[in-house]
Amino acid sequence: MADLLRGLLRHPSGRIGGAIVALYIIVAVLAHLGVTPYDPIQQFRIDRLKPPSGAHWMGTDMFGRDVLSRLMVGIGQSFLVAFASVGISAVIGTALGLTAAWFGHLWDGVVMRLMDILLAFPAVLLALLIIAVIGPGTGTSVMAIAFVYTPIFTRVVRGPALSIKSRDFVDAARTFGSSRVYILTRHLMLNLVAPLTVQVTLALAWSLLTEAGLSFLGLGTQPPASSLGLMLSESGNLMEMAPWLLVFPGIAIMLGILGFNLLGDALRDILDPKTRSALA
Amino acid sequence: MTPLLSVRDLRVGFGKGDAVKEIVHGVSFDLHPGETLAIVGESGSGKSVTALSINRLIDYGGGRILSGAIALRTRKGEALDLTQTSPQRMEKIRGAEIGMIFQEPMTSLNPVKTIGWQLEEAFRLHRGLSGAAAHKAAIEALERVRIPDAERRLGYYPHQLSGGMLQRVMIAIALATNPRLLIADEPTTALDVSVQAQIMALLAELKRETGTGMIFITHDIGLVAGIADRVLVMQAGDVVEQGPLDQILDAPQHPYTQHLLKAVPHFAGGEAVRHDFRRVDALKQRPALTVDDLTVRFPVTSGLLRRKTGAVHAVESVSFDLMPGETLAIVGESGSGKSTTARALLDLVQPVRGSFEVRGLEGKSQHRPVQMVFQNPYASLNPRLNVESLLAEPVRAGGGRLTSAMRDRMTYLLARVGLPTDSLTRYPHEFSGGQRQRLCIARALMVDPSVLVLDEAVSALDVSVQAKVLELLVDLQKELHLAYLFVSHDMAVVERIAHRIAVVYAGQIVEMGDAAAVLSNPQHSYTRRLIAAVPTIERRRERFELDTRSVPSLVKPIGYEPREASWISYGPDHKARAEELSA
Repeated sequence: MADLLRGLLRHPSGRIGGAIVALYIIVAVLAHLGVTPYDPIQQFRIDRLKPPSGAHWMGTDMFGRDVLSRLMVGIGQSFLVAFASVGISAVIGTALGLTAAWFGHLWDGVVMRLMDILLAFPAVLLALLIIAVIGPGTGTSVMAIAFVYTPIFTRVVRGPALSIKSRDFVDAARTFGSSRVYILTRHLMLNLVAPLTVQVTLALAWSLLTEAGLSFLGLGTQPPASSLGLMLSESGNLMEMAPWLLVFPGIAIMLGILGFNLLGDALRDILDPKTRSALA
Repeated sequence: MTPLLSVRDLRVGFGKGDAVKEIVHGVSFDLHPGETLAIVGESGSGKSVTALSINRLIDYGGGRILSGAIALRTRKGEALDLTQTSPQRMEKIRGAEIGMIFQEPMTSLNPVKTIGWQLEEAFRLHRGLSGAAAHKAAIEALERVRIPDAERRLGYYPHQLSGGMLQRVMIAIALATNPRLLIADEPTTALDVSVQAQIMALLAELKRETGTGMIFITHDIGLVAGIADRVLVMQAGDVVEQGPLDQILDAPQHPYTQHLLKAVPHFAGGEAVRHDFRRVDALKQRPALTVDDLTVRFPVTSGLLRRKTGAVHAVESVSFDLMPGETLAIVGESGSGKSTTARALLDLVQPVRGSFEVRGLEGKSQHRPVQMVFQNPYASLNPRLNVESLLAEPVRAGGGRLTSAMRDRMTYLLARVGLPTDSLTRYPHEFSGGQRQRLCIARALMVDPSVLVLDEAVSALDVSVQAKVLELLVDLQKELHLAYLFVSHDMAVVERIAHRIAVVYAGQIVEMGDAAAVLSNPQHSYTRRLIAAVPTIERRRERFELDTRSVPSLVKPIGYEPREASWISYGPDHKARAEELSA
């Protein structure tokens, strides 16, 4: 773990990506604790559509709400959805991938063909379909995004798991009579930590984007609560009058995705033994 | 006479900038046309790095030539310093002037192109031949390396040929341009003994025919004898000794050369077998392991519906028994079914017929009395678990808990196999190959097994490490009264450890009996062939005959049952399968 942090600090894109992600996490935590400059849903009637100033750093929106506060809460909301959905899809995807690789035959065929079908649909479209069926809301967004990204984890896990399964140390474990659970967790899972870490980081970036897209379409977070996508959608008609309404959430989404992608790239380099020596 | 290749004070390092680590510390030698220089050393001695520096392939492996000179006299007679040559020029020289044969023929050929295409490519690139001319040259090249039926084989893909055949194709490609220098980097290490003997014979004959200078890299000093004119011994990046073949083998000066020659298990035709076990006395006890009519077959399916069209008869009616304290060696080549036999005893493959019975040690836990040590110590230890977790696994699998008594047993076993006792918190990558194999042995002993299956357990180790691990195994056997099932292809190693030997060929035991009797007086033609193929220093002046016989296919149609074996007895404990005379 300490090695991982040291590696991140030494890696150029790891430094930048790590800093951005750390900043976002701090902001998200603050927002959830309620530490924002103003109440994000309180309306200051006189201060409608004010450009950025000393009192409102990022200006105010059409209801006179503080954009910075709404942005912080929006980041908090987007992160909550992203982390929850990626967490769920990582657990389910890993379990499916591991069992598919381990049992093989029919189970492998059924699971992987199902995943292929899910992957054939564009992510947002599939999420839209699910929300259209169950109805919008934060919980639905989490479930929909988790559902969409499960096949990716299944695939990422199944490949390496198949090759690890045929390694001698797994055969050795069988000769000791080790239980299936022990072999799957200690021998297979432990050796999958590296590819999974990278995949989780990258999936966080995508699900951030998917969440923003769903909210933009009005199917994710519901007003008056705040989310990055929702802020973008609300600013659409006022683009020429109050560009700050569009610019700040836009930059926040872009920077967040950039941060996770840089971090993911860095982790991939650090955890891959082939490039690790070149960086050391 | 001017040398073909003259290397002076060659230093090679890996890494960038200040972090350069020098691997080869000043190697110098001369190679004359038509001469063969053998570079001998253990892993990490810098022998391959030296060779790869000569054709500058080291540039692509992260290495760099730090200083020194490599002078090559080209076909046109000019002397070229290869350390200063441009990469573009090197591309022309590789192939045209310097040919190279790698260790793994399976991975050095492109799997999606026919061997004919790959051979013709060599002629197209370096000799400017095309179409029919290249095709004709390719046929001739295959005939030169004694591949029968050359024209048809040109259309084969690499996976359709055996390892020995592929290595011949590699040699044909390397020789396609009549290089003046051929570098062979462990060309026979991945091959079976009898195939190895054929490749060595082929190289020796080609050397006589073409007058090519050759650098032959090997870890096996016994192999050097048949081919080299001069020998250069390397240790940790330094040349410790070099000189003519006979001088190095008969009167080695440097202690390391002497050590290498002593550490290499020389095959002695049954004279070096162990005499610490008398089967007659042991027969009063019950055997530790009894195997009866063990048969393993893998179904072969074909077509869209996966219809069973036959079966690979991997192990066919194998029967033997193993007494406590006894070592039975199962000897054979790859694909003979020796490993499958071992794996069947550990439930890793399911037999279709037959049974085996294991008897645990008196008063010890009866959980899993058969344990196994695998060939590759780098693959058989989970890299993400520390030594304590690794050693605990067999006990935990049997329902045991991590108690202080168990920790005491771990430290005791670690000390017993010769590892530092503070190893418990360390991870496998912190250990060398030999240490890892000791770790595997300690792990297998955690549950007091009565039978230890050693599947090529010392084959992946350097010779001097190999000797020490064998010594450890013999000591442990005497101390713990273990029965060993020692699976190996290496006759010299088998001679050092076996009490009895079973020779397997095409899935069947063809000869079995007392080690001394089988090795000194082999009766089955396959055993004789196997023994004749063992390279030894003593037999260095013998010439190997080329043998193109192929192993019979193990794939048999459904319902095929082999004929009942009839055995001929040659002594109190020595029998061989009767052979059909038609062959």
